[in-house]
Amino acid sequence: MSDIMSLGFGNTVPVVEHPDTGKPGRGPLARRRRRLTAFRVAVFVVMGVFFFTPILAMFEFTTRGTGLGAPRTLASWRAIFDYPDLITAIQVSLELAAITSAAGLFLLVPTMVWVRLRLPRLQRVIEFLCLLPLTVPAIVLVVGLAPVYAWVTYFFGSSTLTLAFAYVVLVLPYTYRVIDAGLRGIDVQTLSEAARSLGAGWPTVMWRIIAPNIRSALLNAALLSVALVLGEFTIASLLSFQNLQVAINFLGRANAGVSIAVALASLFFAFILLVALSFVGRRRSAPVHEEE
Amino acid sequence: MAAAAQSAAAGSPDISTAVDARPRKGGRRLPLAWLGALPFLAYVGIFLILPTGIVVVGAFVGPKGGVTLENVKTIFQGFVFDSFVKSIELSAASSIIGAVFGALLAYAIVSGHPDSTLRRIVTSACGVLAQFGGVTLAFAFIATIGGEGLITVFFADHGIDIGSNVWLFELPGLTLVYSYFQIPLMVLVFLPALDGIKPQWREATDTLGGTGWHYWRHVAAPILWPSFLGAALLLFANAFSAYATVAALVSQGGIIVPLQIANALTSETGAVDAGLGKALALGMVVIVALVMTGYALLQRKSAKWQR
Amino acid sequence: MTQSMTDAAVGPGAASGQGVEVRLEDLRREYGPVIALDGLSLTMAPGEMVALLGPSGCGKTSALRLVAGLEEADAGRIVVGGHDVTSLSANKRGMGMVFQAYSLFPHMTARQNVAFGLRLRGVKDSDRKRRAGDMLELVGLSAQADRFAHQMSGGQQQRVALARALAIQPQVLLLDEPLSALDAKVRVQLRDEIRRIQLEVGTTTLFVTHDQEEALAIADRVGVMRAGRLEQLASPTDVYARPASAFVAEFVGLTNKISGPVQGGRVQVLGTSVAIVGTAVPDGPATAMVRPEAIVLTTDDGAGGDAPGELGTVLAVSFLGAISRITITLPNGGSVIAQLPTSVAAEFPAGSSVRVSVRPDPVPVAPADSPS
Repeated sequence: MSDIMSLGFGNTVPVVEHPDTGKPGRGPLARRRRRLTAFRVAVFVVMGVFFFTPILAMFEFTTRGTGLGAPRTLASWRAIFDYPDLITAIQVSLELAAITSAAGLFLLVPTMVWVRLRLPRLQRVIEFLCLLPLTVPAIVLVVGLAPVYAWVTYFFGSSTLTLAFAYVVLVLPYTYRVIDAGLRGIDVQTLSEAARSLGAGWPTVMWRIIAPNIRSALLNAALLSVALVLGEFTIASLLSFQNLQVAINFLGRANAGVSIAVALASLFFAFILLVALSFVGRRRSAPVHEEE
Repeated sequence: MAAAAQSAAAGSPDISTAVDARPRKGGRRLPLAWLGALPFLAYVGIFLILPTGIVVVGAFVGPKGGVTLENVKTIFQGFVFDSFVKSIELSAASSIIGAVFGALLAYAIVSGHPDSTLRRIVTSACGVLAQFGGVTLAFAFIATIGGEGLITVFFADHGIDIGSNVWLFELPGLTLVYSYFQIPLMVLVFLPALDGIKPQWREATDTLGGTGWHYWRHVAAPILWPSFLGAALLLFANAFSAYATVAALVSQGGIIVPLQIANALTSETGAVDAGLGKALALGMVVIVALVMTGYALLQRKSAKWQR
Repeated sequence: MTQSMTDAAVGPGAASGQGVEVRLEDLRREYGPVIALDGLSLTMAPGEMVALLGPSGCGKTSALRLVAGLEEADAGRIVVGGHDVTSLSANKRGMGMVFQAYSLFPHMTARQNVAFGLRLRGVKDSDRKRRAGDMLELVGLSAQADRFAHQMSGGQQQRVALARALAIQPQVLLLDEPLSALDAKVRVQLRDEIRRIQLEVGTTTLFVTHDQEEALAIADRVGVMRAGRLEQLASPTDVYARPASAFVAEFVGLTNKISGPVQGGRVQVLGTSVAIVGTAVPDGPATAMVRPEAIVLTTDDGAGGDAPGELGTVLAVSFLGAISRITITLPNGGSVIAQLPTSVAAEFPAGSSVRVSVRPDPVPVAPADSPS
């Protein structure tokens, strides 16, 4: 898992319209357009090959038969279910993903709304804290987390699910940015004042007023967290927990075919999540664009 | 949320509560309002600030307690220092390659129609690939150019040994592998900057008598440069922080700092050296913090132009 | 390419009165199935300012961009000062262009922006500075010379853009809705200033806008466009008073659509027989386009009988300063808007009964079933 990821990529709102007519012509403009098209095709082809080859290679690898000239087989894919440790790890990682995304939102959203309404001076501090994990690499965090986890184990036992404590910190920057963008899009102050003047308490404001209005941001943040947790290796490995990535890595030494099959499957799963996410972003940004 | 309810209850009983609830400078209810942020601050304190503090303080504590500079001095010794050099080389190489090719790809994307399906697919793919590191990525390249990899076997069948078994696990190979997530990350980070380029600038240059070269030299490049540099710094920090990919690719030794830290943490290679691990970690934080500061400054500069 | 420009471009001092003739000949431009320009022809006299006016999608912007060289014509010619520039690329045409918005280079100060075109022409640093200073003074922004775009208001940015376009002493000045992104107040102010400057430098100017008031206020001639063609090209007064077609009448200014029969080249409107301008209309039911100020109101004294016109009821009176606008409902359910000096309008309070007729000036007429 690379540690820094840009956010909200599904939400780029084009500021300008290109007078791109795509029509063949004779003059200097047509020549410019042809050159540009050639450049684009070249870039997409080269990059396509670079990015597609390893994925193709993974698939090819998982379908190899044993021995020279053996026919193609899906044995590696079928064998996934022969490794109970692997199945457990997949389950644990999915649970971790769910817990982390929920916990992250429950921790961050009320705080951000509260700070916006009542403690605007704290806003910069919250932002700094949330973005801090970008500056403290996971490998560094794990050094300091080791002693902290001695206490975590003391209070909560040694379940792999305790990793969620650390993962909430890891997803903070991403969750923060997405929620921040969501809250910017609505007038938190007016909405909550209106609700409170109608007699709503703070939990009602949060749950019935704010949350529905930033629904897509919440979903966006949750999906990002899921993708991040499913790919996390560093902290789990160095705190000696078995999550999906640790299991894949371990299995790689015994049966490369199976572990690559799982890795490929998890990659596709992440891809589907993030494509879904890009559509969430689109739905939200569409009406905003029209108003501009 | 208990704190919230409480402070609301503490508000004046008249109907102007909503107005009253606005933050007041030096208002007497400020201490109660602070309670609302407490759960978050406590959590971040325990799981982010405390670990960071442990690293920073621990870097200056000897194995038997007491303040010492020994740990930090170790950084500048032989193989440890080499790992820093290697880390920086790898990060620099992969961020330069990532920045250049990522910028080209980003430009190819924005020069198409802004609402095209192609753009949607490519940006989505970049979103996945930018965080596609670690074990999966390592395996992908082993399956491609490892000893039994697709490309390796293909060339071997034609009598060519690409020798990737050697260089894949060295700097060139690692740079190639890192490019796989650095290029997409660059696309994501640089795309907004390119979107901020107005077609009017090109047209204005045209009507003022400028050529394509003039446009790039005097207009586009100077405007994009801070964003480009900032993005490259972000890529550097990204590569510098990465651990999982190399850990999965290289099973022993400590060619880059994160591996050294892991070695110092686990007893596989002998005695655990907690102090050294923390000193190395501190060194990483310092470098990443410097780079990220540069990134933030450049971002601020380019943000001013792109409104 | 720097050399090829030098003759057309720089010399110290203002280029007063050196406008050239610009001819657009039968320009055609299609975007896929959409025809943006359908054989547009237009000749601009040296130093003249022509405004192209029309609804969005009428091709006015395409016309401007073709002249600038930012797009290519499918057919037709563009002749500037006797030279055919149709196949010349934009950077060799020497046109000054002001865009809708956001066209200033954000990393340059106002002065650097203005000097940029001169820099491309290899003008000496000191000359460049002086000339940029002169241009900024011309647009009244000397004090803001060292500001960046993000430190200036929208109106100031457009002034700089104008100065930048003029700094290269263009053969033709092209203005692409330069005021549309500004506040109403700034818009009026800047529009008058553009006209003042244009008269001062004497550059032939093509101005594209969808705002009829803007076009009528500053142009020597206004070209009203529809569906890639010119409907009418005439002085502002003519376009307003003698619209060539129902479309022009409706697009320019406020117009009452009053139905009445056409017979022998005249139309019967509210009891008055009126001559028809523009295209001839066959006998039968039709719609006449009547300006609000051509509506005549008289108090209904009950005598009625011989006076022409129809009886109506005043629905509302809106006060617009020196003039007032009165909405009258007619017995047949239609309504008519009249425009009167406010002092006169006081005689027709809301709810009062009034006799409505028209002045016998010629009006354009559309056949009754015509969509426009």
